[in-house]
Amino acid sequence: MSELLQFLLSGVTVGAVYALVALGFTIIYNASDVVNFAQGEFVMLGGMTTVFVHAAGAPLPLAVLAAIVLTAALGVAMNKLAIEPARGAPVVSLVIITIGASIFIRGAAQLIFDKQIHSFPAFSGDDPIRIMGATILPQSLWVIGGAVAVFIGLWLFFTRTLLGRAVLATSNNRLAAQLVGINTTFVMTLSFALSAGIGALAGVLVTPITLTSYDVGLGLALKGFAAAMLGGMGNPKGALVGGLALGLLEGLTAGYISSQYKDAAAFIVILAVLFFLPQGLFGRKSTDRV
Amino acid sequence: MRLTQKSATLLALAVIVALAPLFFPSSFYYRVGALIFVNGLAVTGIVILTGWAGQISLGHAGFAGIGAYACALAPVHLGLHPAGAVLLGAAISAVLAWLVGRPILRLKGYYLAVASLGMGILISMVLNNERDLTRGPDGIDVPDLGLRGALKAAGLDLSNGQFWYFFCGIALLLGAWLALNLFNSPTGRALRALHGSEIAARTVGIDVARLKLQAFVISAVYASVSGSLLALQNKFITPDVAGFMHSVEMVTMAVLGGVGSVAGAIFGAAVLTLLPQVLTVFAEYEQLVLGTVMVLVMIFLREGVVPSILRKIRGAGE
Repeated sequence: MSELLQFLLSGVTVGAVYALVALGFTIIYNASDVVNFAQGEFVMLGGMTTVFVHAAGAPLPLAVLAAIVLTAALGVAMNKLAIEPARGAPVVSLVIITIGASIFIRGAAQLIFDKQIHSFPAFSGDDPIRIMGATILPQSLWVIGGAVAVFIGLWLFFTRTLLGRAVLATSNNRLAAQLVGINTTFVMTLSFALSAGIGALAGVLVTPITLTSYDVGLGLALKGFAAAMLGGMGNPKGALVGGLALGLLEGLTAGYISSQYKDAAAFIVILAVLFFLPQGLFGRKSTDRV
Repeated sequence: MRLTQKSATLLALAVIVALAPLFFPSSFYYRVGALIFVNGLAVTGIVILTGWAGQISLGHAGFAGIGAYACALAPVHLGLHPAGAVLLGAAISAVLAWLVGRPILRLKGYYLAVASLGMGILISMVLNNERDLTRGPDGIDVPDLGLRGALKAAGLDLSNGQFWYFFCGIALLLGAWLALNLFNSPTGRALRALHGSEIAARTVGIDVARLKLQAFVISAVYASVSGSLLALQNKFITPDVAGFMHSVEMVTMAVLGGVGSVAGAIFGAAVLTLLPQVLTVFAEYEQLVLGTVMVLVMIFLREGVVPSILRKIRGAGE
């Protein structure tokens, strides 16, 4: 029993991270139909920037803030320099562009930072909390709490503010949104900033547990993408549920089947979803008009 | 006399394969050349899948991994001749592509990219983890093809580098010839129609799903054979051959050069194979340069380098 609980707790922790990465995919996909394979690099940058700003002498909260702001700015730059100029390009080109951007960011990170594995102190110490025979790190609670806060915040933003509704309108129908006077270019910029900022936050929260280095982005991007597919691409609720489900599945696979193949869970899920449930758990069936 | 595009491509390729060694400053370049041809073969498969059928695969390295490990394992465990192992690898790849592709290719959009991504990563995971069979991430020895020895006995003594250079060059010519024949066949025309508009293709009676599946299976065989050739010439293979980055490399080579044309894609393979050799001096900056090149070419030369330049030349000439 306590064993199962332990696997579930660790599953929820990673699941929360996957959910945040999946949410990043969803925001950009909704605003621009681009699947941004550089999403994982935002997570890496969040962790690495915090490490280095903190090491330079800044207090941890300030370093975290700097990391999120810098990464969001980089997201905006990526949109302006690489995505906007390619508007209207075929899907293959956009996929290559975002993969190219992710290779570029990784190369830059390797030069600016280094190739070592880094971490910084957990926010609330390292003493595990005992729950019914299982243990959980205080930092895991930060990760889960952070994910919950981001989801509630975004939900309020999208449903209660004019700007949030403008983003929703743009993702529903770009042309119609433009016609009613929404600045869709700004919506794109905002989406990349939000997505990069959320990615960076995920990186900051999880680094004390999983550590970080310049090359952690790719794996996270693939997992987050799997989570987004599982939930149904383009649906924020799907990103949350998909991320948590994937994390739990991974935790249980590692615990009961094989820790070597825990990463396989994500990709078997992808294939199973595509074979049996191509729209994902929360996706809508879409029809194309000719 | 005007050459058709097909014979022009093949002739140019044959001339390059035959004459390039005259300009090699050292025998090391035979190896680089052979590597370019192996990559060119894989990329020709991508042209069929992406350029003509309009589908993206992010897991083709998985098929290369199957081809490579078939050559490493089948001769030892099944007593197969390495040449037979190449065929076995190609057959396994084809069947797997068929199994994965059949349910997926009925859907539109990103789905094949995603499914092939998952499949490719699962394959590389198995190659890394099943140490008893594959010896894991450290790699495994591959038996000798035996053809160089046979040629030597017949009086044609080539160095190892020379042999693989010409062998892979001929394989690439053969692969390009087959692809170009396909391009001009009814299937090729149907593929291009489908790329233009799936709905229009369907209304004129083209079985869209089946055709996409054919393209996927054919391109998987190309990737598998290229993996086999890589394993056989190195006599050693690691699971990196099936890694995600290798899949990305294949697509990037094809798209950089021009994914719609075999000549363009092979050019892309040449550039991206040479780039790391040239950049060894700046090894630190390799990723930076590669990423920048990918983004810039996609923004400014959307059809790829070769078709964009050809268009400029033709435009200026008329």
